[in-house]
Amino acid sequence: MAKKDQEKNVPTTGHQWDGIEELDNPMPRWWLWTFYACIVWGIGYTIAYPAWPLIKEATPGLLGYSTRANVAAELEQAEAANAAINAKLVETELTQIAQDPELLTYATRKGDAVFKTWCAQCHGSGAAGVKANGYPNLLDDDWLWGGDIENIHLTISHGIRNEEDPDARFSAMSAFVDIFTQDEVAQVANYVQSLSGAPNDPTLVDAGGLLFADNCASCHGETGMGDREQGAPNLTDAIWLYGGTYDDIAYQINYARNGVMPAWQNRLDEASIRAVAAYVHSLGGGE
Amino acid sequence: MGNYVKVVAFALVTLLAMIAANFARDIAYQVHALIVMIVAFAMFVITLRQTDEPLNAAADQNEYLDGVVRYGVIATVFWGIAGFAIGTFIAFQLAFPSLNLNFLDGIGNFGRLRPLHTSAVIFAFGGNALISTSFYVVQRTSAARLWGGNLAWWVFWGYQLVIVLAATGYLLGSTQAKEYAEPEWYTDLLLTVVWLAYLAVFLGTIIKRKQPHIYVANWFYLSFIVTVAMLHVFNNLSIPVSIFGSKSVQVFAGVQDAMTQWWYGHNAVGFFLTAGFLGMMYYFIPKQAERPVYSYKLSIIHFWALIFIYIWAGPHHLHYTALPDWASTLGMVFSIVLWMPSWGGMINGLMTLSGAWDKLRTDPVMRMLVISVGFYGMSTFEGPMMSIRAVNSLSHYTDWTIGHVHSGALGWNGMITFGALYFLVPRLWNRKGLYSLTAVSWHFWLATIGIVLYAAAMWVTGIMEGLMWREVDANGFLVNSFADTVAAKFPMYVVRGLGGILYVAGALIMAWNLWMTATRSPEKQAASAPSAIAQPAE
Repeated sequence: MAKKDQEKNVPTTGHQWDGIEELDNPMPRWWLWTFYACIVWGIGYTIAYPAWPLIKEATPGLLGYSTRANVAAELEQAEAANAAINAKLVETELTQIAQDPELLTYATRKGDAVFKTWCAQCHGSGAAGVKANGYPNLLDDDWLWGGDIENIHLTISHGIRNEEDPDARFSAMSAFVDIFTQDEVAQVANYVQSLSGAPNDPTLVDAGGLLFADNCASCHGETGMGDREQGAPNLTDAIWLYGGTYDDIAYQINYARNGVMPAWQNRLDEASIRAVAAYVHSLGGGE
Repeated sequence: MGNYVKVVAFALVTLLAMIAANFARDIAYQVHALIVMIVAFAMFVITLRQTDEPLNAAADQNEYLDGVVRYGVIATVFWGIAGFAIGTFIAFQLAFPSLNLNFLDGIGNFGRLRPLHTSAVIFAFGGNALISTSFYVVQRTSAARLWGGNLAWWVFWGYQLVIVLAATGYLLGSTQAKEYAEPEWYTDLLLTVVWLAYLAVFLGTIIKRKQPHIYVANWFYLSFIVTVAMLHVFNNLSIPVSIFGSKSVQVFAGVQDAMTQWWYGHNAVGFFLTAGFLGMMYYFIPKQAERPVYSYKLSIIHFWALIFIYIWAGPHHLHYTALPDWASTLGMVFSIVLWMPSWGGMINGLMTLSGAWDKLRTDPVMRMLVISVGFYGMSTFEGPMMSIRAVNSLSHYTDWTIGHVHSGALGWNGMITFGALYFLVPRLWNRKGLYSLTAVSWHFWLATIGIVLYAAAMWVTGIMEGLMWREVDANGFLVNSFADTVAAKFPMYVVRGLGGILYVAGALIMAWNLWMTATRSPEKQAASAPSAIAQPAE
């Protein structure tokens, strides 16, 4: 090993630490010149772009570059490109959007993007909701507050049970834990299960039916078909907002979870709300 | 005499900790006060028992202080395996969210385990590796015993206490929510005291050196210790809400806070994980290769360039945010100018091997050291590239960043530490050689394949999700929801976890091998007492 050093004739610096020596090789030229090139480039770049802080503000750079201005310009360009069709979307009757294929395609595409940004957090990116967690599936034809495009638009604009919009859709199921005994909860839960043909204890159903008629029918209807005016779910089908097992139903009777949806009219413009209404309406269950 | 003062001090700390535990406003603070109380009481008893005993004659001032290095080596291996294992577990949490273990009521949550992982690998594993190797290296290259008597032991145990307080704090939900600086104010204060003691021991040893010059490894170690002290103090400036509670409020707010945080965060990488570990590289590679360092000039120039330029590079973490454009430009420019100074270390490491390349075939420890330098070169090219605004607009917030960090951390910091441990253990425990070189080879290949799986998976997911996030249709509407990108990453998340398993498996083999080396390898002849201080050479 030492032989090779002698062959190359590279001296060491003469220092030694714990047996370690240092060769007096020059810095590799390619390394040095690349380093110089980076420095020169760096100086040039800071002249071209905003860089050096002065007393009041920084040097703006020769190119007039600004990330904020660039974003504003891009947004403006995108808005300008869609301005005409957005105006048309706002002017057209909601029910007439579907009659104009070009407008419908635009609205559902835009609505898709809006949905993925603002709605997917609760309703899922495929709009299938989150099973048994109170986030409704928007793909089926079971609607709490109505499934025609005008009702969907109203729900999106004002939301449900929020405190920010006086026109929000509002209803509240009572918690029956202090009203019913647990025997009565069991009777009502079995009756509710019998409505959709789910497994139930027939000995409790009749008593449950009486309690249902007195306490529940005013919202859910005498036959349990629900009431869209009050957002009361249909209890005779197999679609359940908070789960359809006996335990889920008994829990809901006892503690009555009531879901909340924000009002979007203050956060999104009218074209976006109409677009997302058209998108949700187009998913399969629209009426 | 000193012991009387110590007994009183420990009794006082025990009492104060007891009071603090009683008045504690939150569970993390209470647990921490109890830990401090128990530790101080144990120290009180130990010191009391030693008082008025004859001084241990073995504390020979003419020998290197290696006991603390041995403890440091054990701590490095222990925290390393703990940190790698938690990292692998949280990697699988991201693939399978049910592993968040809801029944633990938050403690098993990714949000609490993630800082546990990062602090364990960076500060517990990396920190112990740096402290123990720097104590070993500075003594040999200065031909002097560590300065300050038992102060080095206080540095070691104080640092372990900081680690325990930080780790238990995270699990109990105590954090100041600054990445890589999560511990709350009192842990920060304790770390400051420990770190200043570390600086005193290291600097004291250099000052009393018997060598005319300071070896290059010690420049790097010293710059790491000094800069980390500065970064730590400024980034953690905060006001406690109550002296009996763990919560504190940051002094800086808004973009100033963000800038301070990433000035700290980037230089934690720059000085903790780069400069400090370059110190290791400059000692262990020439020693293991038995070759002179390639170029003294290069080491001087790249050292000063590195420490001068690194400190300005932090703003590249904040491109396209509230940070003004000028700061972002400067961060990017300094990052790119930093490329060559970083590579100076790689060149000096690799070229030191010229004339000894054959060792790569025969010596798996050398292979480990060399591949670590290779990963270092790769990461220090990738870093400047990712700091370019246009590249960053694609890579930022994606898994590409995670892949970049891990090719550096697993490849560079991990591998060079493993190499150093394989070098140190036979010497510290006075053994002829390692117990099994085959096991070192296994470790090398498991770790290397693990890193390749990890980094490749993260490059793929990172670029994929970056492209998915920015994908728009003809009208300018986003095509993918965030959840779509998460779902698309699933297979690569599993591959990443498998890479982690390989890396942990390699580390476990190392732990076994080092244990067998320390206990079963044939002993070195007593004649060449390894800890006798060598005469300084001319």
